[in-house]
Amino acid sequence: MGEEEAAELSRRLLSLIEKAGVLELENVTLTAEELTLVLQPLVQAAVPAVRPPEVLRLVEARFETPVQTYPGEVAEVLVGATKAEGGTRAYTLRVGGEKYPPFYTFEGLNPNRPVLAFDIFDMKIPMAKPIRQHFEEVMEDPGEWARKCVQEFKADMVNLNLVSTDPDLQDRSPREAARTLEHVLQAVDVPVMVGGSGNKEKDPYVLEACAEVGRGERLVLNNAMLDIDYKRVAKAARENGHVLVAFTSMNINDQKKLNSLLLDDEKMPRTQLIMDPTTGALGYGLDYTLSNMERMRLAALEGDRVLQAPFMGPTSNAWGAREAWIKAEEWGPREYRGPLWETITAITLLLSGCDVFLMSHPAAHAIVKGLIASLFGEGPSKPPGADWITALE
Amino acid sequence: MAEKPTLLTVFKYLPQTNCGECGEATCMAFASKLLDRKASVEECPPLVRETRYKARRGKLADLIAPPVKEVLIGSKENGVRIGGKEVLYRHELTFHNPTAVAIDVSDKLEDQALLERCRAAEVFQIEKMGQKLKLDLIALRCASGDPGRFAKAASLVSANTRLPLVLCSFDPEAIRSALEASKDTRPLIYAATEENWRDMGALAKRFGCPLAASATGDLSLLKSLAVTLRQMGVENLVLDPGTGAEGKALMETVSNLTMLRRAAIRRRDRAIGLPVMAVPAVVRLDGQNTVAAAFKEAYLASVFLNRYADLLILHGLEVWSLMPILTMRLNVYTDPRKPVAVASELKVIGEPDESSPVLVTTNFALTAYTVMGDLEASKVSCYLLIANSEGLAVDTAVAGGQLTAAKIEDVISASGIEGKVRHRKLILPGRAARLRGDVEDTTGWEVLVGPKDSSQIAEFLKKNWGTPEAPTAPA
Repeated sequence: MGEEEAAELSRRLLSLIEKAGVLELENVTLTAEELTLVLQPLVQAAVPAVRPPEVLRLVEARFETPVQTYPGEVAEVLVGATKAEGGTRAYTLRVGGEKYPPFYTFEGLNPNRPVLAFDIFDMKIPMAKPIRQHFEEVMEDPGEWARKCVQEFKADMVNLNLVSTDPDLQDRSPREAARTLEHVLQAVDVPVMVGGSGNKEKDPYVLEACAEVGRGERLVLNNAMLDIDYKRVAKAARENGHVLVAFTSMNINDQKKLNSLLLDDEKMPRTQLIMDPTTGALGYGLDYTLSNMERMRLAALEGDRVLQAPFMGPTSNAWGAREAWIKAEEWGPREYRGPLWETITAITLLLSGCDVFLMSHPAAHAIVKGLIASLFGEGPSKPPGADWITALE
Repeated sequence: MAEKPTLLTVFKYLPQTNCGECGEATCMAFASKLLDRKASVEECPPLVRETRYKARRGKLADLIAPPVKEVLIGSKENGVRIGGKEVLYRHELTFHNPTAVAIDVSDKLEDQALLERCRAAEVFQIEKMGQKLKLDLIALRCASGDPGRFAKAASLVSANTRLPLVLCSFDPEAIRSALEASKDTRPLIYAATEENWRDMGALAKRFGCPLAASATGDLSLLKSLAVTLRQMGVENLVLDPGTGAEGKALMETVSNLTMLRRAAIRRRDRAIGLPVMAVPAVVRLDGQNTVAAAFKEAYLASVFLNRYADLLILHGLEVWSLMPILTMRLNVYTDPRKPVAVASELKVIGEPDESSPVLVTTNFALTAYTVMGDLEASKVSCYLLIANSEGLAVDTAVAGGQLTAAKIEDVISASGIEGKVRHRKLILPGRAARLRGDVEDTTGWEVLVGPKDSSQIAEFLKKNWGTPEAPTAPA
């Protein structure tokens, strides 16, 4: 390169840099070193603060997918039995069976999609208005209530809460409660979960009666706790072929203890155990639930046998948060706020590994169902648009 | 690459003189604080003061730098810090620097409307558990495609809002003119792409601004951009892997965000050890301003918040959609290392007088907040005594002996409640019923056993708290 040529090039570069801070060399190929040599005397003298122009092309770097291997996996639990399997359900749901952390799809897709159940009750109970308005006409009849969830809202499953057995409410007997369960089993053909009123003395008897009338249906009995007669519930589940929920109160050590008691002492098969480590509502303990589930699922994948059970999360608990239901103009309409509260509570659990959701609001249910399909790579997909900067209004 | 440094490695870089100037008894203790991010290298006076330690100090700072770089957007005083992440799961340490939430503003708006929107974002505030939940940034978009108009909007916004800016355009000319118009405010430039990185990198360097690199769905390209821009001398980078709103595109976005963070933390891949961002506002491309779009934007924000997003750009300003997002952020970013206890003290609910009820609960944070929430929701005026149950819930604390008559006596005398009410009636939680006799004997107060669940307190009070009797003789 002649001296004059170099000076001319430098002038062109200089004007380009000044104009747009860019280097664009038409029909000229230079290495970085050559360019630095050329530029130094002229450009740097003229524009002392100009950036070092050594980076001319994109440095290629490869992103390596950070996969790990996991020695453990979550047990797969079957819920609901068809005729061929000795029950009367239209289908069986497969729950759990995870081999990877939740939605780490770069490692692999987990085998089963999380399952959504609607909460229904055996008596008319006080409910937040945004939920109540969808069920007002069926609240006197749990069979109709279940049917509405299945036919209208496409529920995978229903969870019958036998709250009327509460001695402080209607004090219905376990036998009467079991008849309600039969009624619901006749009204719908989806798999069914059943729970008591939360009365620690009575619930084991209620669940025992339910286990007997539902023999062969592969129900989910909700639940066994450390401080109730869990042996009675476990025996009823085992002898009648049902799945059992082990409930603890946000404490990983209690969960391990209860799971071991059920698996080792009560001989519950691994394929018939689900755990509920407590769901705090968004804003009211959801952080504990999130970390609890993450820790337990990671431990399960790392090989902690005792924690290799699928999770259940009663996301209806979201409605315990006043932000979900309270009428407050300054917070906007509760008809939107409430279902969003439940949706976000559910999403957080979903991303922490939850397998079975107990839900209340039809909109939250529909959205979470759609989101699960998306996260499994299904449904309409639109590639991320880079045009949002100009395309948004 | 290497995992997190060990205590011993950190210790090796300290003077090892146990001089105590940092306030710790030993260098080992200081090393442990460094690792827990409870102290910084500058807090070791000899390392800072003595030139012979200069090299060590630099190496130590590198060694304990979080695997995800902390990036400042805006000025040192008014700016927002994002990234600085150390762990993949919050139970491992805690998440630092809560996700910054930006509200997008179009430069096509008329001046008045533009300022109103900025103002709305700036004053937006929700009170929750004594904290103020707020928005952090304004993302000004060059929707007009006109650099002149964009510059004018940038100048208007930066002069009228304290919130730091994100300047959004793929056109370097637009960014340049906006940067000149919003001088020295250090906005985040969005974004450098495969096409424009040279110009954007040069602008970020020239104006000393942080820069987002964007490559939709291609993490190798994104990494290449980051490496290249670093070579140009731009250190403060943010990564945008693109935002898919549904179907496979959403699955991939979640996967990309997760991969980036895992590679940064588990593999210590410094090249991508940078804050990440997502743009839930893209849902507005279809539905624009419908309720459905606002709903979707909010739940997508919660998905990305759960998966490491350090910065989110949203369109919606509706309180019903922002409230759950900001509450979610509060949940994810609480420090799980802090004891889950609140202070043992007297809480005044509503406007109680000398005949108002006095209730007792425990100092397990969740219990205390739930009870307070229930009392506030039911609009009861009362006094709530929070007893020190060592952070345990009522039933556990009664069973384990952390909630006793003596603990209740402690909070009664420390709170001065005896001077605030004329009666001597105490309402115990239903789950602490068995303490009744003990509490009556120890405190001299009459005990009423309340409901097991605080949601029933209002009803309980209606039935059981009429006009309290005149006080008995003062104690």
